[in-house]
Amino acid sequence: MNILKPADAPILGAPAPAIAFIILFLSVAFFCYVMFRRLDVLRKAAPDPRFSNISTRLLRALMYGFGQWRQPRYLGAGILHILLFAGFMILSLRSLTLIGRGFSPTFHIPFLTGSVGFAYESLKDYTVIVVLIVCLVAIVRRAVFHPKRYDHPGTAGHEYEAYVILGLVSALMITDMIHDGSAYRASGVCGEYHWFPAAAFASVFMPSNDPATLNFLHVGGYWAHILFFFGLLNYLPISKHFHVITAIPNVFFSNLNKGTIKPVRYGTVDWMELDQCGVSDLTGFTWKHILDFYSCADCGRCSDNCPANTVGRALSPKMISVKARDYAYENFPVFDKTSKDPAHEKRLVGDIITEQEIWACTTCGACEAECPIFIEYIDKIVDMRRYLIDRGEVPQSLQKPLQQIKKKGNAYGAMKSKRAAWTKDLEEFQVHILAEGEHSDLLFFVDSCGSFDPRIQEIAKSFARIMARNKLDFAILGQEENDSGNEVRRLGEEGLFEQVSGRNIEAFKARNFEEIVAFDPHAFNAIKNDYPEPFKVIHSSQLIYRLLSHGVMSLNGEYLGGRVVTYHDPCYLGRHNGIYEEPRRVLKSIPGIQYQEMTRSFSRSFCCSGGGLLLWYENEEEKERMGERRVKMAMEIGAQVIVTACPFCLINIEDAIKTTGNEGKIEVIDLVELIDRSTS
Amino acid sequence: MNIIVCMKWTPDTSEADLTVSTTAKDIKKDDLDYDMNDWDRFAIEEAAQIKEKVGGKVTVVSLAPEESEDMLRECLARGADEAFQIWSDQMEGGDGYAMASVLSQFIKGRPHDLILTGTLAEDDGAGQLGGMLAAMLDIPSATLVSKIEIKDQKASFVRELEGGLYESMEMDLPCLIAVATGLNEPRFVSIRAVRKVTSIEIPNVGIDEIGIDVGKVGQSGARVEIEQVSLPPEGEGAEIIKGKPEEAAARLAEILKEKGAIG
Repeated sequence: MNILKPADAPILGAPAPAIAFIILFLSVAFFCYVMFRRLDVLRKAAPDPRFSNISTRLLRALMYGFGQWRQPRYLGAGILHILLFAGFMILSLRSLTLIGRGFSPTFHIPFLTGSVGFAYESLKDYTVIVVLIVCLVAIVRRAVFHPKRYDHPGTAGHEYEAYVILGLVSALMITDMIHDGSAYRASGVCGEYHWFPAAAFASVFMPSNDPATLNFLHVGGYWAHILFFFGLLNYLPISKHFHVITAIPNVFFSNLNKGTIKPVRYGTVDWMELDQCGVSDLTGFTWKHILDFYSCADCGRCSDNCPANTVGRALSPKMISVKARDYAYENFPVFDKTSKDPAHEKRLVGDIITEQEIWACTTCGACEAECPIFIEYIDKIVDMRRYLIDRGEVPQSLQKPLQQIKKKGNAYGAMKSKRAAWTKDLEEFQVHILAEGEHSDLLFFVDSCGSFDPRIQEIAKSFARIMARNKLDFAILGQEENDSGNEVRRLGEEGLFEQVSGRNIEAFKARNFEEIVAFDPHAFNAIKNDYPEPFKVIHSSQLIYRLLSHGVMSLNGEYLGGRVVTYHDPCYLGRHNGIYEEPRRVLKSIPGIQYQEMTRSFSRSFCCSGGGLLLWYENEEEKERMGERRVKMAMEIGAQVIVTACPFCLINIEDAIKTTGNEGKIEVIDLVELIDRSTS
Repeated sequence: MNIIVCMKWTPDTSEADLTVSTTAKDIKKDDLDYDMNDWDRFAIEEAAQIKEKVGGKVTVVSLAPEESEDMLRECLARGADEAFQIWSDQMEGGDGYAMASVLSQFIKGRPHDLILTGTLAEDDGAGQLGGMLAAMLDIPSATLVSKIEIKDQKASFVRELEGGLYESMEMDLPCLIAVATGLNEPRFVSIRAVRKVTSIEIPNVGIDEIGIDVGKVGQSGARVEIEQVSLPPEGEGAEIIKGKPEEAAARLAEILKEKGAIG
C-alpha cells in the first residue's frame, strides 16, 4: 500500500502545511523570545573580554564541546552522555527533515538523497535505538541507583527535570519509530530490517493489512514527534537543560588564563574608584559567569570532587550555579514583570549564597578541572569575597593575618627585619642577601612561610643546601621581600594584593637575576600568573629536575629505605600550573624507590585544605579535616611516605597524621627535604 | 548622639625580642611596630555600630605622635566622622593621670554623650585612664562592658564578671564606658576602605591649643613614677608532656591549676 504522507493529510479540514507553519512559527517565535529574555540578562552583566585567541577557543569547542573530552572522567555516565550527544548530532538532520516533511511529502536535506540518503536513514534508525536505550538506562540509573551527586540539597524540585527531558527524548524516539515503523509495515519490504532496525522493530506491533491504522500511526506519529520536538526545544531554556544550547558556546568562551584571578572589573582603569567592589548581585557577575549558571547541567561532578564539600563544609559548587540560575530565572522571568516587594527579597550574595559557602572554598580548582563544560568557580568566589571584604564582613580568624600582611608584609606578625633570620642556622655556608643593583643567577623567593614558620624554615634550609651543594649562584631578598599575595588576592583583598605584589615587583626590578625560584607553589603561582609584570619563575621541583637531568646531582635511596612512597599533587602546582611530571620524575630517579600512585592524583588530587592564609581559617561545620581524609587515602594504598611539594600541604598533612593517630606509620615530607636527605 | 572614642597607639610586643632600655625605666621601643590597642578596636567598632543604629557623630581622639595617622585613618574607615591627634613633645613620659588630664581638657570643650575606650591598654595594662577621665569630666563610668544599648538618654549595659557572671546596669548619658574585648565583631578594614577616607583631614592638636598647663602633662604631670622595668628571670627549662592526647591534656590542666593559671 501507499501510506498517507503527513503533508497530504489535512487536520480538521485545514491543510497540513498550514498547521506545520503555525506550529513552526509559534514555536520558533516563543523560543526566540525566551532566548532574547535570557540573553538580555547577559547584556546587563559586567563586561568580560572573551573573544581573544579564536583558534584556541575553536579547538577547545571542538575537543571538549563536540569531542566531549572530559566526559569519560566519569566513565559510565560519560559514555552514556557521549552516546546521547552523538545521537543528538546525528538526529538533528532527521529533525530538520521531518519539519520539512510537514510542508512537502518529498522534502530532503540537500545531499541527503540517493545512497547517501539511504545510509543516513539507516544510521538514523540505529541511532534511534541507541538513544532510546540510553534514555532508559539513564532513567533506571537515576531512579534505582540514585547517584548522590545528582541531589539538590537545600532546594527542592529540580530532580524531576531530568525525567522530563529523558521522557521527552524517549517520546521523540518512540514517535519516530511509530512514524517510520508504520511506513515500513505498509511498504512490505521486510527484508530490509537490518538496515532499519528501529522501524522494523516498531512494525512488529502493527497490523499488516489495516491501511487506516497504519495511516493513522504514520500521520499521528509524525505530528506527535513534531510537537514533542518543539516542546523539548522550548523546555530547554526554562530548565537545567539549557546546557543543550549553551554548553558549546560556554566551552568556546571558557577561561584561557589558568592560575590567575580576574580583575575587579574589566575595562576599569582604577577599580578603587568604583561605587562597589566585588559582586553582590546577579548582574554584578560577568556575562560569561551568568552563561556558566545557565549552562550547568547539575551533573554534580564539581561537588563530588570538592574537598570542602567532602568534609562537610557548606560549599557545593554545583549548588552555587543552581541557586544563581534559579535566582536569575526568578528575577528576570520570561513573562511576569510585576516587581516584588524588595523588603522580602533575598539577596543573592549573603542570603542565597551564604558567607559560609563563600569562605569555605580553598580555591583548589578541583571543580573547574572536573566540569565537562568549563564552568568557572574560583573567579566568582573571589568576586563575592571582594564584596564582603569591601563591606568589612570577614571572618575574625582571617582578619588578623590580613592585617599583619598589611602592616608587616607577613601573616605571622613577625618583624620584617627578621625575615632572613632562618639563614643563620645554616653553618656550612652563608645565604647571600641580594642588594639593589647586584646580580645572582637565581633569586630564591622564600615567602612568609619559609621565612617565619619554624617547620617551613626547614624546607627553606634544605633548598638552600641543595642549591649551595650544586654550586648554584643564588640569593634572597631578605627584608625587602613581602608576602607573595597569592592568598590575599584569592581572599578578595585586591588592594592589599596590589600593595604587597607592588613592593615585590619593585624589589625584583632593582636587582638583576636570571630567574626566580620558589618552593611554595602559591608564591610560584602568584609571581607567574598574578603579577602584572612578567618575571621568569620556576618551582623548586623544576630546578631539581633540571639538576638531575644535567647529571650534576646523584641520589641515594637510604633515607626512604624501601618504604612505599606516594606523591600528593599540590593544587597550585598541578591543577593551576600543570606541573605533574617533574616532581614524579625527580622521585622516580631515587634508586630503589617503591612508588605508588593514590587514586586521587594528578588533576584529581585532593586539596589538603588550602595554603597561605587559609591555614588560619577556622571552619566549624566540617566533620573531618581535609588533610585527615588525604592521609586515609594514602594509607589505603599502603603508602608509608607522602611526598608533597608545597609547605602548606606538608603542615596540614603532618597535623593530620598526628590527629588520626598514624604517627610512626606514615610520614610526610617535602620533595625538597627528601632530595636534601637523599644526597650525600 | 555624640560619641568620642579614645584610642591608644601601642607597641606590638608579641613577636619582638624585648630588651630593657638603658635607663631601666622602659623597654627599647625603637625597633617595635606600633598599632592600635586591640581593646580600643572593639571600642571604635561599638561606636560605629551605635551610630549605625541611633545616628550621631563619632569623634576619635588619640594622644600619639604623627606616625599614628594610619591608626586614625583606619578608625575613619571603620565609621568615625572625625579624628584628632593630640601630641606635643612635652607629653612624653605621662602616666594615666597626665593622659586623662589632656583628654578631659580636650573633651570638655566639645559635645559628648558617650565616651568609649578600651578597659586596658596592651602595653602598660594599667587600666587607669577610663575611670580618671570620667572623674575629671564628672560623669559616671563602667569598665569591662560586654554589651551596650543606648535608649532614651540612657546607656544600658552588661558587664562580664569572673566565673561567667553577667551584671546588667544602666547609666544616664553622658557617661564613659570602657569596653571589654569581644563585645562585638570588629569589621575588616580593606586598603580601599582606607583609601576612601584619605581626603579627611586629621588635625594635629598641640597642648597650647587645648589650653592645658605644661606642668600637667607628660612626666611633670605624672603622679606615678616607674622605678624599674626588668625582664622575667630565665626559667629552669620546660617539661615536655608525653603520652596519649587525653593523658597529656589532663597533665597540662594539672600543671596550669598548680601554677594558678586556671581556677
